[in-house]
Amino acid sequence: MTPNPTSSSTTRNLGIVTILGLGLVVLLGGFLTEPDDLMGDLVRIMYVHVPAAIMTYTGFVVGAIASGFYLWKRSEFADLVAHAAIEIGVISGVLLILTGAIWGEPTWGTYWSWQDVRLVSTLVLVLLYVGYLAIRQLPVDHHVRARRSAVIAIASTIMIPIVRYSVTWWSNRTLHQEASLTDGKLEDLTLFTLMVAIVIGLVAFAWLTIHRFRVLWLEQQVDNVGLAGAIAERRAEASTGVEAAVTAPSANGDPS
Amino acid sequence: MLRDAVLIARKDLRIERRSRVVLSQVVPFAILVLVLFAFALNADRQALADFTPGLFWVAVLFSALLAIQRATAIEGIDATSDSLRLSGIDPSSIFLGKAMAVCAQLLALEVLLLVGVFIFYDAEVDSSASAFALLVVTAIVAAIGVSAAGTLYGALTIGVRGQETLLPILLLPVLAPVLIGATRSFDDAFGSAAVNGWAWLSLLALFAVVYVVFGLLAYGILMEES
Repeated sequence: MTPNPTSSSTTRNLGIVTILGLGLVVLLGGFLTEPDDLMGDLVRIMYVHVPAAIMTYTGFVVGAIASGFYLWKRSEFADLVAHAAIEIGVISGVLLILTGAIWGEPTWGTYWSWQDVRLVSTLVLVLLYVGYLAIRQLPVDHHVRARRSAVIAIASTIMIPIVRYSVTWWSNRTLHQEASLTDGKLEDLTLFTLMVAIVIGLVAFAWLTIHRFRVLWLEQQVDNVGLAGAIAERRAEASTGVEAAVTAPSANGDPS
Repeated sequence: MLRDAVLIARKDLRIERRSRVVLSQVVPFAILVLVLFAFALNADRQALADFTPGLFWVAVLFSALLAIQRATAIEGIDATSDSLRLSGIDPSSIFLGKAMAVCAQLLALEVLLLVGVFIFYDAEVDSSASAFALLVVTAIVAAIGVSAAGTLYGALTIGVRGQETLLPILLLPVLAPVLIGATRSFDDAFGSAAVNGWAWLSLLALFAVVYVVFGLLAYGILMEES
C-alpha cells in the first residue's frame, strides 16, 4: 500500500516553484551578483537572512490571526493553522539568528552583540514562541490545548512591540545595517535578487505551512479515531459481557 | 467584581498562612539565590554593589516563579478550579484575586530581598526622597506586572504533567522586559548608572496595564472546562 501523501496539486506546484526558485536564488545570489564594495562576498548571506526575517514575522502574525479566529469561531482548522505557521516561524527565526551570527563574526568581529537591538529582541521573541510550541506538546484534551495555545499566541504577539521597545531603549545602539533596500545604493541585480529571494521565501513559507498543517490534521484524526475506536471496543465488551457482568457487576462499568 | 477578587485573594493568602509553603520554601530560596550570587562573583564587594539592581531582580523573578507555581498548584488540589468555576464568580474576578494574592506575596519577598541586598551587598540608595520614591514605586509596579503575567501563564499550566518545567520557559521570556525595566530603574535609585529611572518605570507600568487587561479578558477562556 502506498502511503497517502500530504500533497495536493496546489502544494505540488508550490513545491516546484519553491525548489526552482531556490535554484534561481542560488544562481543569482551565489554567482551572478557582484560582491559588495564594503562587505565583499559576505553580502550574499543577505539573500537568506532577509527572507528568513520576513518568514519569521509572517509566521508569528499568521499564528496570531489564526488563534484569534480560533477563539472566535472555535474552528479546529484555525487552531492547526496557527500551530503550523508558528512552528515554521520559529524555525525561520532560528535560521535568522544563525545567519545573522555567521555574518556578524567577520563583519563586526563577534557572533553576538548584546548591544544590538535586533539580535536581542529577535532572540527573546523566538524564545517566547518556543514556549508556545511547548504548550502544543501538552498531553491534554485537544480543545483545552487549543484554547491555551491561542491565548499564548495572542499574548506573544502583544509582546512583540513591548520587547522591541524595551530592548531598543535598553541599549540604544545598533550595529545592524539600516534597511538598505530603500537607500538606492543597492545595484539593480542585487535588489532584484533580494526581491526574488523574499518572494521565494514567502512561497516556501506557504508550502511548508500547508504541509505541516496537513500532517497535524492527520495526527488529530488519528487521535480522534483512536479514541472513538477505544470507546466502541469498550461498549462492545460491555454488551457481550452481560452474562459475565452477573458475576462481576462493575468490571466493565462505563464510568459515564 | 472587586469584592469577589478580594475574597479569592483572601482565600489564597489564608491557604498560605496555614500551609506556610512560601514562607518555609520560597523565602529561604530567595536568600539562597543572593548568597549564590556572592559566590559566583567571588565575594567582590564592588562588583556586588555595582550589579545589585540586576541581581536583586533576577532573585525576585526566580522566587516569583516558585510563588506562582505554588499559587497555581493550590488550584489543582481537590479540583479547586472546578469548584471556583461552579461558584459563579466571574473569571475576571478570579484572575484579579489570584493576581492580588501573588502580588502581596511578591511585595513581601521584595522587601525581604531589599533588606538582603542592603546587608549582603552593601547597597545604598541615593539619599534623596525621589530616589526612595522611585525604589518603592518600581517595586510595586513590577510586582503588579509580574503577578498579572504570572497568574495568566500559571493558569496555562494547570493540570499538566511537567508543570514545574513548563512555567519557567513560558514565563521568563515574557518577563524579560520587566527585568530590563526594573533593573534600569533601580540603577537610577541606587545611583549605579546614570539613567532616567522614571522613564523606565513607564515601561513597567505599560507592561502591568497590558497584562492586567489581557488577563481579565483571557482568563475566562482558560477556565472553561480545563
